[in-house]
Amino acid sequence: MKTLVWVEHDSGAIKDATLSAVTAAAKLGEVHLLVAGSGVGAVGEAAAKIAGVGKVHVADAAAFDHVLPEAIAPLVVELMGHHDAFVAPATANGKNIAPRVAALLDVMQISDILLVEGDNTFTRQIYAGNAIATVKSSDSKLVITVRGTAFEKAAREGGSGAVEAVSGSGENAGSSFVGAEISKSERPELTSAKIIVSGGRALQNSENFHSIIEPLADKLGAGVGASRAAVDAGYVPNDYQVGQTGKIVAPEVYIAVGISGAIQHLAGMKDSKTIIAINKDEDAPIFQVADIGLVGDLFKVLPELSDKL
Amino acid sequence: MKIIVPVKRVIDYNVKPRVKMDGTGVDLANVKMSMNPFDEISVEEAIRLKEKGVATEIIAVSIGVAKAQETLRTALAMGADRAILVQTDDEVEPLAVAKILKAIVDEEQPGLVILGKQAIDDDSNQTGQMLGALLGRPQGTFANKLEVEGETATVTREVDGGLETVKLALPVIITTNLRLNEPRYASLPNIMKAKSKPLACHAPADYGVDIAPRLQTLKVSEPPKRSAGVKVADVDELVAKLKNMGVAA
Repeated sequence: MKTLVWVEHDSGAIKDATLSAVTAAAKLGEVHLLVAGSGVGAVGEAAAKIAGVGKVHVADAAAFDHVLPEAIAPLVVELMGHHDAFVAPATANGKNIAPRVAALLDVMQISDILLVEGDNTFTRQIYAGNAIATVKSSDSKLVITVRGTAFEKAAREGGSGAVEAVSGSGENAGSSFVGAEISKSERPELTSAKIIVSGGRALQNSENFHSIIEPLADKLGAGVGASRAAVDAGYVPNDYQVGQTGKIVAPEVYIAVGISGAIQHLAGMKDSKTIIAINKDEDAPIFQVADIGLVGDLFKVLPELSDKL
Repeated sequence: MKIIVPVKRVIDYNVKPRVKMDGTGVDLANVKMSMNPFDEISVEEAIRLKEKGVATEIIAVSIGVAKAQETLRTALAMGADRAILVQTDDEVEPLAVAKILKAIVDEEQPGLVILGKQAIDDDSNQTGQMLGALLGRPQGTFANKLEVEGETATVTREVDGGLETVKLALPVIITTNLRLNEPRYASLPNIMKAKSKPLACHAPADYGVDIAPRLQTLKVSEPPKRSAGVKVADVDELVAKLKNMGVAA
């Protein structure tokens, strides 16, 4: 089987989620990549070095800038004439593009896969991770998005793919990019952080969130996340949210501070290797999934913890 | 301008789903069902656009079992003007839903279709994007803010690192994110009024759409269980554990 993996990149760097998608694609067969954007020659070269990669299709045109799905999807569909499976990371951009491709190919997409069981059989979570479905596709081509935390990242070096320029029609069904406000942070990105410190509603306000959660995160070199309640209350921006509808994370260590553990939150972090919960309510559901629990007042515990580390 | 708002009847947000013993799916017998939370946000957004004078008519559409009428009545009670139920007892995958919606859009010619970004049962996150592709129209997914002026929709979208804004030429497909708005509750008089609003029933075949599934579910199982670990007595003990794990020096 020939697969085509869409490469997500940002300011010249290939995102980690793409490397996980490459690993998933390699389980299906030959891995070809698509790098689209403007001025992406260097990204194409870098992509060709990813271990196990065959051909790298580079579509370098202004039309492909800003990852507008209305422009990228037709390009993918053209390339799918010579490929059997389209694979994208299940990131905001991947989720935006892949279903558009699937519909144009008349294929039912398989979203957010956890495991490749066979050529056309995959497992994925449903109901916020409260159930795992094994599904088999009967379509002649596959369209898949891949949960980054479920697959090892392919090595960035070691491959020697052949770079080939593709043009695409450049058609776009009526969308244009206006601007973006991307949070600038020195901390690791949530989906690839090894350690995450997450805060919940118990932090009470934005000042507390910053003065209590962040020092601990900085001590540990950790990413910072939040529960839906903390985001809803305006303590931190939306992109901090971990959960069913926010980010899905699986770090080595997840420290949940003042988070009760609603099923929607657990859906986003329960595959973390070690979960540490700090909560003053000893009956909080978070303790049912935590490897290490500390019952206590976060306003006392956290400063002490940051101090002692 | 018309707005079409598709709504899905799903397991209630607060209910913990249980996998059936025989591994064929999730047990929905005697379980509370509600409108998909993201679809409530879609209905609310459509109503706000009507209140602003941007939209003239809101059509709620549901594809599913006869009981999905209740979900449509909820949308009507919130403020939708009429409803269409495409009734089937079969499970309908996002691709088939998008095809049925395309047929309805071709008939009704709305300026906007506002859908939830994902349903909390299958967590697919596909239907809106698929509909955009089938119609050859632009999509504003994971919308955090929506403004419609003349023939243009300006959509602020939630992306991985923050927010992004795009301009889209109508007609447009929007999918809603959590914080686009806070849906209203239907008032009792409006619930009563909703009972007499028009609700048309159709079958998928009326739209010439084959809903035969493309994916076969081989089995549904419980996720691996995490068991509760140990409780530590104080911060010192926690620090020692973290040091043991190599997390802290």
